[in-house]
Amino acid sequence: MSALLNVDALRVAYPGRGFRAKPHEVLHGVSLAIAEGETLGVVGESGSGKTTIGRAVLGLVKPSGGRVLFRDKDITHVTPKQRRELAKDIQVVFQDPYTSLNPSMTVGDILSEPLVVQGQSDKDARARVGMLLDQVGLPADAIERLPREFSGGQRQRVAIARALAPKPKLIVCDEPVSALDLSTQARVLDLFVDIQRQTGVAYLFVSHDLTVVRHVSHRVSVVYKGDIVETGSAEQVTSEPEHPYTQRLLLAAPIADPLEQEKRRAERHRLMERHREQDLQAGAVRA
Amino acid sequence: MSVEELIVEPAQKAAPRKSPWRKLLEDPQAVVTASLLLVIAILGILTPLLTQHGPNEASLDAINAPMGSPGYPLGGDQNGQDILTRLLHSINTSMISGLIGTSVALAIGVTFGLIGGYYGRKLQGATEWVFSLIMTFPGILLLIILMPLTKGDYRSTMLIYGVLLSPGIYRIVRNQVVGVKNELFVDAAKVSGLSDLRILARHVLFVVRGPIIIAAAFLGGSAIGLQSGLAFLGVGSNTIPSFGAMIADGFLNLYEEPTQFLWPSMLLGVITASMVLLGNALRDAFEGVRPKPVKRSVVKKQAAQTGAREATGPEVLLSVRDLAIAYRTPSGELKEVVKGVNLTLDGGHTLGLVGESGSGKTQTAFAILGVLPPEAVITRGSITLNGRELLGLSERELRDLRGRSIAYIPQEPMSNLDPSFSVGDQLIEGIRASAGMPAKEAKERVLALLKRVGIQDPQRTFNSYPHQISGGMAQRVLIAGAVASRPKLLIADEPTTALDVTVQAEILDLLRDLQAELNMAVLLVTHNFGVVADICDRIAVMQDGEIVESGKALDIFAAPDHPYTAMLLNSILDEYTVRSDAPMATHNTAGK
Repeated sequence: MSALLNVDALRVAYPGRGFRAKPHEVLHGVSLAIAEGETLGVVGESGSGKTTIGRAVLGLVKPSGGRVLFRDKDITHVTPKQRRELAKDIQVVFQDPYTSLNPSMTVGDILSEPLVVQGQSDKDARARVGMLLDQVGLPADAIERLPREFSGGQRQRVAIARALAPKPKLIVCDEPVSALDLSTQARVLDLFVDIQRQTGVAYLFVSHDLTVVRHVSHRVSVVYKGDIVETGSAEQVTSEPEHPYTQRLLLAAPIADPLEQEKRRAERHRLMERHREQDLQAGAVRA
Repeated sequence: MSVEELIVEPAQKAAPRKSPWRKLLEDPQAVVTASLLLVIAILGILTPLLTQHGPNEASLDAINAPMGSPGYPLGGDQNGQDILTRLLHSINTSMISGLIGTSVALAIGVTFGLIGGYYGRKLQGATEWVFSLIMTFPGILLLIILMPLTKGDYRSTMLIYGVLLSPGIYRIVRNQVVGVKNELFVDAAKVSGLSDLRILARHVLFVVRGPIIIAAAFLGGSAIGLQSGLAFLGVGSNTIPSFGAMIADGFLNLYEEPTQFLWPSMLLGVITASMVLLGNALRDAFEGVRPKPVKRSVVKKQAAQTGAREATGPEVLLSVRDLAIAYRTPSGELKEVVKGVNLTLDGGHTLGLVGESGSGKTQTAFAILGVLPPEAVITRGSITLNGRELLGLSERELRDLRGRSIAYIPQEPMSNLDPSFSVGDQLIEGIRASAGMPAKEAKERVLALLKRVGIQDPQRTFNSYPHQISGGMAQRVLIAGAVASRPKLLIADEPTTALDVTVQAEILDLLRDLQAELNMAVLLVTHNFGVVADICDRIAVMQDGEIVESGKALDIFAAPDHPYTAMLLNSILDEYTVRSDAPMATHNTAGK
């Protein structure tokens, strides 16, 4: 099965701060693949480099090594013009629905702009916008309104509609529900899954939350300090992880049930103890 | 499905905010100054219709003619020219000066500001250098020196002056663009396939237009002032009627005919003052006026205290009765965000105050700490700690209480440490303020505390500055500071929300240990039911400023009474569902 997206030994370094400072490498050769219609969840903590993977795929940061292949075509270093062409196929939903929508544009303009620049007529674009709003469950009169008139969950729906506008093959979702309230989170996740079933779009789903990732992903990769330490089916990675870091991550997330959580806490303490002993034996005590 | 039915995302019903232009129309300062300028400009345009004389036409009869002479309603000047005619022509000179100066400054400043702010470091460095150079030129001197080049034409002079003004605009635009270009909507526009030009025009310039419009009003005033100044000095062509030249003429006759001096000065004054005031009004409309703080109203104590006394048992540490907090809306009425909250917290226990954003949970916690923003009004209720009423205490008494009995851990640990002092200094300051011990003793105490909160190398953290430590470490430092005085009550506002889950687990462990050790009560404000399940023995659920359900954590998790609590618990993503459907790998719509 030929993959839709292949990321091969991707390295990204940010310039160091200050005069002649060494560049700071945040990804040390990351590889992953996404098939058509598939969701790959990427889990990691802050500073792990998980967001940078998505930004590199989108062309928002320049990789310092490795390759990104979309449909077997190398898109690591494309010209701005080719990158604009790719906008038809690769889209994004960002974390913060408050800053990802231009505050001074109406929802209709936000949604139709990408279509118009791709060469659609105003009329066609408007018709498509109507369909998109319907698809993400927003009322049709949203078209004339400004982003600030909507709640966080509704704004994220607008952002999803914008990503869907050009009928892309892949959407990079960067923590798309972590800024939302609990009750909204579940419904937005359901929307992601529904849309995937309808349109066959693939997701690169980046999140810090294993539970969220488990709900939407077919496969999961775990990023730790700029490396992917574990990849596997969602089932396997989120219930019987192999890598010690994933084990820690899994047991650290509290369960919303006092009795279960007490067990998990005890289990986590045992795991930490075991890891510490292993470190001691290996002579590598954490400094 | 029941979730969908129970909660429909509330569409914000608040009236859409007024556009800045609408606000401007309602601001008397803007309306008056804009109309004044408009009337003056129209007078200038209509000059040929209003006057019988040419601007430089002189008549010997009219020399120093008094006001009201036939054909010379404002009199004549020392050269026998009609003052009214020259005034009206001067308006045009001023307006054209203002227009040229401002538009040149805007054209150059905005273009290069956008380029310099949006593109990489090298281009920014180059533009920065050039504009700094322009800024160092002494403006008026340069304009005078360049007179041979401009041949005394005020329009050429204003063109150059526009260039000299452009660094101001450049800086404003560049700073705004640097702020906006990293916003996610600009990234989203890039991903949408928009060209740089379109992004700059549609997404960046449109968002930063406010400060540019404001600056333009001030620049206009400045250009007019400068043109008059140069003309007053006699620099430039003396056939161009201008306020400056007229004032200079009038100056010579100050003692014989003071009105000759008065008219042009007054008109120039009105024009520049209107420009500046209009600029101020624009700023208010675009950037918003800060709301004036309203003094917190004093609570009706009597009713509150009797209520409190009934509820205060021996073991009750904190008791909140019928607390209501309101904010003033722009129309002046009070809008309640907390509507009669009741809470009780026994010593040594942990209460989780749970709710979604906007439920009023943080407002409630801030009210207990006595750190509500000045705009907030506590309309009724009572808060007692160990039976002592907290509402209505003086700031001094409250400070004393906060140091010793009540401690606080914030959501964002980093923003609660001062970046310019070392961690150790900040902790020592807190401890000395509340306990008043000598510096050496305080330092030992701080080191012991840092060790207690699980910091491996206390001395190193003690010497570190906040930017040198991680978020989890910063939260440990703040916890050390909070428990230093062995408080009876610790209020933690989303203490782990900004942290990674692995760090969150460690911080919760630490809080649990400290609580047992110090026997302190903890009020934990959070939206995360996992955190509540981990550490709280009691829960209070808040919705829209009211507590809808409270009780033992075990009971509520097992069988919630209120439908809202049930809905919240239901919408938690459970631990065991894994996505099971296979990807639609062979999706056969012939896309390409």
